[in-house]
Amino acid sequence: MNEFSNAFRTALHLLVEMDPGLLEVVLLSLRVSLSAVILAAVFALPLGAFVALTQFPGRRGVVILMNAMMSLPPVVVGLVIYLLLSRTGPLGTTGLLFTPTAMVIAQCVLVFPIIAALTRQTVFDLHEEYDEYLRSVGAGTRQKIATLLWDGRARLLTAILAGFGRAIAEVGAVIIVGGNILHSTRVMTTTIALETSKGDLGMALGLGIILVLIAVAVNTAVVTIGGGANQRTV
Amino acid sequence: MQSQHHMLPLVVNGVSYVVNGKAIIEDVSFTIEDAGLTVLLGPNGAGKSSLLKLCHGLWPLSSGSIRWGDADVQDAKQKQAMVFQRPVLLRRSAAENVDHVLKLRGASSADRARVIEESLEWAGLADIADMPARKLSGGEQQSLTIARAWALNPEVLLLDEPTANLDPAATRRVEDLIRSFAEAGKKVIMATHNIAQARRLADEVLFLNHGRLLEQAPAEQFMSGPSDPLAARFIAGELVE
Repeated sequence: MNEFSNAFRTALHLLVEMDPGLLEVVLLSLRVSLSAVILAAVFALPLGAFVALTQFPGRRGVVILMNAMMSLPPVVVGLVIYLLLSRTGPLGTTGLLFTPTAMVIAQCVLVFPIIAALTRQTVFDLHEEYDEYLRSVGAGTRQKIATLLWDGRARLLTAILAGFGRAIAEVGAVIIVGGNILHSTRVMTTTIALETSKGDLGMALGLGIILVLIAVAVNTAVVTIGGGANQRTV
Repeated sequence: MQSQHHMLPLVVNGVSYVVNGKAIIEDVSFTIEDAGLTVLLGPNGAGKSSLLKLCHGLWPLSSGSIRWGDADVQDAKQKQAMVFQRPVLLRRSAAENVDHVLKLRGASSADRARVIEESLEWAGLADIADMPARKLSGGEQQSLTIARAWALNPEVLLLDEPTANLDPAATRRVEDLIRSFAEAGKKVIMATHNIAQARRLADEVLFLNHGRLLEQAPAEQFMSGPSDPLAARFIAGELVE
């Protein structure tokens, strides 16, 4: 208990002082996870909408795969990206292993199925309602996708925030492909893992508190936006 | 009036629509020559909505053919607008709902602004232009879908039970808009199960039951004495099944 209160005191001190080491780690975390989510969303939103609207052979399989990939284990994703980017791997010449870019790629792979699968469901539901109207006014596939993505914006933003929540909180993938290198690829979750094993609990707990605060903020946003969206759909 | 209308006559020839082995529409043939307001009348489940949607090209025919003037159904759709029983409104403001169809038709932004204003004004919705469409009352929502149709300046307006979910005041408002569509020289075809509404609006009546067309007649003649015995019972207020 004494150890916990000591750690807590150190953590608060680091937070209040805006410790440069802590700040660096927090900012890199945000940069990596936000980049990963934005990159994933740019491709996952149109893809989810496309799968929702079009019929093609194997569509059912794609839907099942998309849903299943939502629960990809981060360490496995990390391992596969590691093998691809390592010196002897097919993308070894890019020299991306142990860089923030590699971490963005890994988190993007984790987040992509979440956004794509939730987009597919949102667009599919909305399309049930809009289908006859859209066909009546002669909308093409691209115009339908644009209409449905815009009108599903509240639920889609929720999906994107859920993706961000997964990215910022995962440790397995970024520690493998990033290597947890000081001043280079050290993010909040990897620092917590390292500092805890070193016994420097203050730093670990300080970062833990920030992570929890971010989680609370994201979920507050989800509930607020979701509530607004529900009202609008009545 | 007929000669100016490129969409007429509407020729429906031997049309059937079968879903899972059940005929929703069965061998229906008719020709609509004149502009004005044609009502598809009949009890619920008669196939009125289905026939309307087949004429608008929303569903594929199982057999038969439909032509609007010289155009086939898909080409004709571009000169038509359809209003559904439950208003389909986008999760946007009233004005943006009108803007959506204008953008799809490729109107310039200057034209769009003008047409949006005119259409909402025409439907008496100018003061709620910026309200979220789905917060409007039922009558306002259906008026908005008709204003959106008006904005497209279609030659044909198709309406599927547009007032089925509305109270009398809202129904009157929507009927006024429908009437002024017809008075502007557009062809209007409306499905309804409401005899009183048919009496108020129709120039011509097509009476359907169980997916079959039982009678086509000028409204006045139909209302004073239909030749089909089932239609006679229907307009006498009996519950026809």
